Amino acid sequence: MTEFLPPALILLTGALLIGPLRGHWRTAVVLAAPLATLWAVWQIPDGVVATVTFLDYQIEPLEGSPLRRLFATIFALMTFTGGLYAFRQARAVELAAAYAYAAGAIGVCFAGDLITMFLYWELMALFSTLVVWCGGTPAARAAGIRYAIMHLLGGVILKVGIEGVVVHTGSIDIQPMLATDFDTWMILTGILINAAAPPVSAWLADAYPEASPTGSVFLSAFTTKTAVLALILLFPGEPVLIGVGLFMVMYGIIYALLENDARRILAYSIVNQVGFMVCAVGIGTQMALNGAAAHAFAHIIYKALLFMSAGVVIYRTGKSKCTDLGGLFRTMPVTAVCGIVGALAISGFPMTSGFTTKTMISQAAADESLMTVYLLLAAASAGVFLHAGIKFPWFVFFQKDSGLRPKDAPWNMAAAMGLFAALCLLIGIFPDVFYRFLPYTVDYEPYKIGKVVFYLQLLLFSGLAFFLLLPLMRRTLTISLDTDWLWRVMLYRAATAVQAGLSALGAGLHTRRLQWFAALRDRGGYHFGALATRKRAGVFSRTWSIGTTGLWIAVLLTAYLLVYVI
Amino acid sequence: MTEPVEKDHWLVRPTTIRWLWLGFIAVLILTVFAQLLFPAKGYFGVDGWLGFGAVFGFLACLAMVLVAKGLGLFLKRDQDYYQRHDAEPPTDD
Repeated sequence: MTEFLPPALILLTGALLIGPLRGHWRTAVVLAAPLATLWAVWQIPDGVVATVTFLDYQIEPLEGSPLRRLFATIFALMTFTGGLYAFRQARAVELAAAYAYAAGAIGVCFAGDLITMFLYWELMALFSTLVVWCGGTPAARAAGIRYAIMHLLGGVILKVGIEGVVVHTGSIDIQPMLATDFDTWMILTGILINAAAPPVSAWLADAYPEASPTGSVFLSAFTTKTAVLALILLFPGEPVLIGVGLFMVMYGIIYALLENDARRILAYSIVNQVGFMVCAVGIGTQMALNGAAAHAFAHIIYKALLFMSAGVVIYRTGKSKCTDLGGLFRTMPVTAVCGIVGALAISGFPMTSGFTTKTMISQAAADESLMTVYLLLAAASAGVFLHAGIKFPWFVFFQKDSGLRPKDAPWNMAAAMGLFAALCLLIGIFPDVFYRFLPYTVDYEPYKIGKVVFYLQLLLFSGLAFFLLLPLMRRTLTISLDTDWLWRVMLYRAATAVQAGLSALGAGLHTRRLQWFAALRDRGGYHFGALATRKRAGVFSRTWSIGTTGLWIAVLLTAYLLVYVI
Repeated sequence: MTEPVEKDHWLVRPTTIRWLWLGFIAVLILTVFAQLLFPAKGYFGVDGWLGFGAVFGFLACLAMVLVAKGLGLFLKRDQDYYQRHDAEPPTDD
């Protein structure tokens, strides 16, 4: 069948071994399986390297290309660092689920056909739900159920689209298409649900912050970025994505600004960052697709770093609300510095990975003379600094003194954060090393002095705005409603109302039936005797004298005779 | 001499914060005037103006904070909102 080991299967085997193994053996598997996967990723050459016949279809479970290897590489790296971060703190079931989830993501990377892609897609949905459930609280359980419903629904929509494409074109190949008919729209919708696009962006900020401190690190990486990869492979240059992406960018900022929970702020900023990538896929030029892929790579690193930093804080203090935190830099310098590096990277500060990757997307917009898109992306870059770049570290590590004096990160968590912080800076300082791995040849120089000055102005004055507007951003003990209100509250209320209405109707009918039977019994009794009294009785239940009876019989027999004769 | 028993971290003392603000303002002014030395070409003309990034960044943030504040009036709810509205969580654990 194939001389290459499928990387996803290596990681899946690792996930299966985590459960039964104990102690150092388990640690060895947790750390070695992602590295073995990474090795296998780089053995896959370009083109289809394995085919299987399934029913009448030529399934291509392994297809390599620079883009696919790039995404698989960062997924494997993420799994390794996440494993390092979590292996002493997380439960085995969570690690196993997270590894199987990552295996699904890597499987999607190399899927050469829609059927394989769909199978790995569902693997991700299943095991990511498990990771959410490992949060262990009733809230995590409820959020996990909502998460699972959303992703299974997305999977069904994707499947409908795939079936349609297979029936109408006869091809199961993964190839660029545009959303022109029902089938392709269904595929696009199914993918966009996983990308947390509107109107269902709410699932992300609902579920991820309910996972355990270690679980949300894994969750932040795979689902949305796999969707970005699928969009690059299937819908490059689809114009609707520009609008969708810009909406996500602004949505993430506004909701993050309103939010009080540190991890939920980070969750909203995932939607914001994925919006940049979706918009880039919509622009669709080589520069834009390079930008989307590079930004996804960089984003996974700094977003995981931010979630790790928040995770350490929650692990040590048990608190995640900005109103409860503050002043932690005194006793958690390592966590604070790593969090700040992640925050600078997500804001796209020069010398960080965000700058060298996100500006490619802006460049692509400028190249296509999309001035509105360019300016909105610039405004959004300022907004990212506002909602994540300063807000997250400020409210968690500085702000007021909360009086908390927790210990700094355990060594493995610190090592994982250090590794990713270093990568953020490496990609920022030596972008050319990284650019070589992008799908198209890169003809882009990020550090032009005019551009650096522009972005410094943009970001530093956003910083000024943050501190001047702090009184407007006082944290409150609130959450913000989203479209999920429609099904969490309105639909629930409607269902309760319908249920109450039906019960009332049922109860009413029951009473009416009893009344009706009682009345019938009453009338029957009145007419036929059972309930008759001497004074009150129907015609047939009265006592008749023999003479009257004889007379009536005579009358009836005469009537009978007459009718018979006539 | 009566020293306070425990001085707070040097980073949060009022004098430090004053110096940080002064430094920050100096850097802000520098970044705007750096544009005189290294004129930015700009992609669309308007973004090459002196201090465009600064004004644009500041105004964009102001607008986003105000929009968020305005939407917050409609969207913000008490943090237990969904606990009161969701179905009762299962009680078997």
